[in-house]
Amino acid sequence: MSQGVEVVGLYVRDQDEALAFYVDKLGFRVHTDVRNGDYRWLTVQHPDQPSFQLGLFTPGPPVLDAETAQTLRAMVAKGAMPPLVLNVDDCRAAHDRLRACGVEFTQEPVDRYGHVDAGFRDPSGNGWKMIQSRRASH
Amino acid sequence: MNQDPELLRRLLRAKDRMDAASHEDWPVRRLARVSAVSEAHFARSFKQAFGTPPHRYLLTRRIERATGLLRDTDLSITEIAFQTGWGSLGTFGRTFRDITGKSPGAIRSGSRAAAQGLGHMPACIVSAAHRPDLKTAVSEKRRRVAGATNSAATKEVP
Repeated sequence: MSQGVEVVGLYVRDQDEALAFYVDKLGFRVHTDVRNGDYRWLTVQHPDQPSFQLGLFTPGPPVLDAETAQTLRAMVAKGAMPPLVLNVDDCRAAHDRLRACGVEFTQEPVDRYGHVDAGFRDPSGNGWKMIQSRRASH
Repeated sequence: MNQDPELLRRLLRAKDRMDAASHEDWPVRRLARVSAVSEAHFARSFKQAFGTPPHRYLLTRRIERATGLLRDTDLSITEIAFQTGWGSLGTFGRTFRDITGKSPGAIRSGSRAAAQGLGHMPACIVSAAHRPDLKTAVSEKRRRVAGATNSAATKEVP
């Protein structure tokens, strides 16, 4: 695919912490991790989704002024960022595995209208829905 | 007035816990423990962070769940009242009308008709979109209702 969305970024409070969470717990891979002075461009990738990168960025200089960065850190910590959805083949199995790794679940797996979904947060406060849909299992 | 993001993250945890089990009792003592702050600090900080006192937030979540059950199940209204955390049917009905402006029975018949067409959104997000918008105290609302239609009803899909 030559056209389409390549990177979508999340704000995280600490990039090392986020890296450990998304790679060691969720099973993503590091795609790019480069620094320029204090700035760090860090993206990870789902192993089944090579054309998409999830950026893990900290709000701050040189991109943002200190006050804006502070506001964004507060928004992330309050869980006010937009919803994120992760598709999985088996929601209950993924839940059990992630819970055992210490992932903070906000909702246990629930069956609804033919799919199973659960909710968890990353350490920063970003909220994920983890969905196993009937469509995904063909 | 900036709140420390680290504190906010812990307050969010208490909010998440109420979301996950809104039928349970959530005295400030219990919530403060989840957030690892003192009780006095918790109530003040929660309201500052989320714009609503913790107890009032809990009521909106219970009404949201009750609305979902009225819409999606055939459970009796009494059953729904007890499942969503109310100790009595009277309190449930009164709070429900105060918050939504409608009786549980009216919500049941109205939302059945409106429930079509949401199939493309995750159900949990649909439920959040239906969350009652509780900006005023229930008692305040009760005073204000003098036959006037309540504007803070749930956002129904046309």
